[in-house]
Amino acid sequence: MSYTAATVQLLSPEGELVENDLSAPYLPIIEKLDEARLLDFHRQMVVIRRFDIEAGNLQRQGQLALWIPSLGQEAAQVGSGYAARPQDHIFPAYREHAVGRIRGLDLMRIMEMLRGLSHGGWVPEQTGNFHLYTLVIGSQSLHATGYAMGIALDGASGTGDPERDAAVLVYYGDGASSQGDVSEALIFAASYQTPEVFFLQNNHWAISVPVERQSRTPLYLRAAGFGIPSVQIDGNDVLASYAVTSSVLDEARSGAGPRFIEALTYRMGAHTSSDDPTKYRENEEVAFWSERDAITRFETYLRGRGVGDDFFHEVATEAEDLAADIRAKTLVLGSPPSSKIFAHVYSEPHPVMDAQRDWLAEYESSFEESAG
Amino acid sequence: MTEVLTLAKAINEGLRRAMADDDRVLMMGEDIGTLGGVFRVTEGLKTEFGENRVLDTPLAESGIVGTAIGLAMRGYRPVCEIQFDGFIFPGFDQITSQLAKLTYRNEGNQTFPVVIRVPYGGHIGAVEHHQESPEAYFAHTPGLRVVSPATPQDGYTMIQQAIRSNDPVLFFEPKSRYWQKGDVDRDAEPAALHASRVVRLGTEVTLIGHGAMVSVLLQAAEIAAAEGTSLEVIDVRSLSPIDYAPIIASAQKTGRVVVAQEAPGSVSVGSEIAATIAERAFYSLEAPVLRVAGFDTPFPPAKLESNYLPDADRVLEAVDRALAY
Repeated sequence: MSYTAATVQLLSPEGELVENDLSAPYLPIIEKLDEARLLDFHRQMVVIRRFDIEAGNLQRQGQLALWIPSLGQEAAQVGSGYAARPQDHIFPAYREHAVGRIRGLDLMRIMEMLRGLSHGGWVPEQTGNFHLYTLVIGSQSLHATGYAMGIALDGASGTGDPERDAAVLVYYGDGASSQGDVSEALIFAASYQTPEVFFLQNNHWAISVPVERQSRTPLYLRAAGFGIPSVQIDGNDVLASYAVTSSVLDEARSGAGPRFIEALTYRMGAHTSSDDPTKYRENEEVAFWSERDAITRFETYLRGRGVGDDFFHEVATEAEDLAADIRAKTLVLGSPPSSKIFAHVYSEPHPVMDAQRDWLAEYESSFEESAG
Repeated sequence: MTEVLTLAKAINEGLRRAMADDDRVLMMGEDIGTLGGVFRVTEGLKTEFGENRVLDTPLAESGIVGTAIGLAMRGYRPVCEIQFDGFIFPGFDQITSQLAKLTYRNEGNQTFPVVIRVPYGGHIGAVEHHQESPEAYFAHTPGLRVVSPATPQDGYTMIQQAIRSNDPVLFFEPKSRYWQKGDVDRDAEPAALHASRVVRLGTEVTLIGHGAMVSVLLQAAEIAAAEGTSLEVIDVRSLSPIDYAPIIASAQKTGRVVVAQEAPGSVSVGSEIAATIAERAFYSLEAPVLRVAGFDTPFPPAKLESNYLPDADRVLEAVDRALAY
C-alpha cells in the first residue's frame, strides 16, 4: 500500500513543490512560513534521527532494555508536531520522540523509561502538554477523546479565538487501527463532536503483519464510516504533514468536530530492538521507501531555496552533540530506590502499601546489618 | 433528619448531592440520562443538571471508561455506570491496564478520581451476564479501590465518599437490594469509606460478607439466635483495601469464622480474608475459616440461582461445621 490518487503531497520525493488540485488548499500555509521555521523542520528531523541511532546503539550495548525506533517517520512527526499550538494537547503512542522534543520533553525521560527506571513519569504541564507514552496499542485514543470532550465541556474550543481555542492531537498507527478502542474513540469523538485530530501514522507494518492484513481499504477511508472528515497525506513530506495538520487542527479548534489524517510513511527500522524485520519483509520494499526519505528530499528543497552548507554542517554538529550528551547522561543513570515500587500506586494513604513498603525496607536492611 | 429510602434512591440522592457540591462531577453511561438508568439510579439527574453533566454515551464500555480517564486528566470527576456486572469486561482493559496504573505511571503528577458504579450480583432471575459478582478481579488489581454498600445509609454516604476519592473506585451496588428500604440520615457522621463494621454482635461464630450477602448473614444470625446460637456479623464494606482490625478482633473473640459471598469461592475476596485471618489470628482459631460461596461455575440459568447462591441455610450449614471442631 503506497501513495494513492488521494494522497496530499506538497513536496515530491525529488524535493520539488507539488502544485496540483490536492496540494492547492495547503500551499498557502507553507508560503506563510518563515525561513527559520523551515530550517527548524530540518533540524528536528536530523537531530531526532541521530538520537534514534544513538539510542539504538545504546540498547545494543546493554544500556537500554528496549529501544523503539522512529527511523523513517520523522516528517510525519515533525510536521504535525509543529502544527500544534501551545494550548493543544498531544497524546502519543510510544514512537513519537520528535513530537515530544518539539513540545519540550527532555529526551532523557524516554531513555529512563526504556532503561527501566520509570514507566514514563513526565508531567504534561511541563512538556508542552505532551502526555505519557501508552504501550497498550490504541488505548490512548480514548484518553485523548475524553480529554477533548473535557475541552469542549469547558468551552475551551469553538470560541473563535485561535490563540485560546484548544484541540487534541492523538497519534496511533496502522496496527492500532484494528483495536476496538480506536473505533470506540472515533465513535465517541463523532458523537460529542470533539475538538480533536486523529493522526494515524501508517508505517505499513504492525511488527510483522503488513497493513494489507489490517485493512482491505485505505485507512483514511474508514473515517467516513464514523462521520469524520479525513485526509491522506504523504507522511514523508514534512510540508504536507505540517500544512494539513495545521489546517485540520484549526477546524477542530473552531468547533467543527473531529478530523482524521492518515500519514503514509514507512518504518525503516525494526518495530523495536527486539524485532528482526529481515524475517518478514523484502529489501525491495525498504529500498522503495528509502528513495522517498523525508530528510533527503527536504534537504534538496532547502538547498534549492539557497540554504547553504553552513546550515547543514551546523545541524550535523548539533545532532552529534545531542547524541554524545544522551550517551553520557544515560551511562551515569542510577537505579531508583526500592521504595519507588510503592510510590503513587494510590494518591491517598493506603494501609497495604504502607505495610508492604515498610516490610521490604526492613527486609532489605536486615541484609545490610548481617553484611556489616 | 432521618428518612426512609430504598438503596437505589439513596444512591440517587448521594449522586445528586455530589453533583450539587462539585460541578466537575459528571455522570456517564448507557441509558443513564433520559431513561435514568435501567435501575433508575440516575433518575432525574439529567433534568436537574443538564446533558453536559449527565452523558448518555454510545454503547461501548471501553469507550466509557477510556473517555472518563481523559476527562479526569482534564480535571473532571466522572462517575461511570456499567449497566450490568457481566458487561464490565469490555471495559476491563481500560480499568485494569490504564485507570488502575495511570497514577503510578504518572508518578503522582495526575490523579484519576473516576468512580465506576456496577450493579452486581444475583437474586433477580435475570438472563446470562446480568447476575455476576466480578469484584475479585478488581480487588486483585493494584491501584483500584473497591467498595460495596449493603444499606441505603451506606449507599448515600459511600457514593459521595467514592466520588471525593482522588483514586479510582469500583463501586459495587447489590442490585437485589436496590428496592429494600432503610433509614437514611443525610447529616449522619459517615464511617470511613474503607472501614469494615460489626453489624450484629455475637459470641460463637463470626460471619463475614458484603453487599447483598450482609442481609443473608443477618437472617442466618436471626435463625441461629432462635436456636440458641450467637453469631456475630461483619459487613466488610470495602474489598480493597480491607479493614482487618474489626475482622481480626472478632475472629479472636469467637474463634470461628465463616466468610460468605455470591462470587465463586476459588481465588476470591473470601479466600483472601480467610488467609489473612489464618495469618493473624491463628492461635485464636478453634476451627478452620470456612468459605460459603457461589460454586466455581458460570452463573447458572436463573431457575437454578437459588441452588447456586448462598442462602441462610447454606451459611448455617457452614456454621454447624465450624462449631463441630
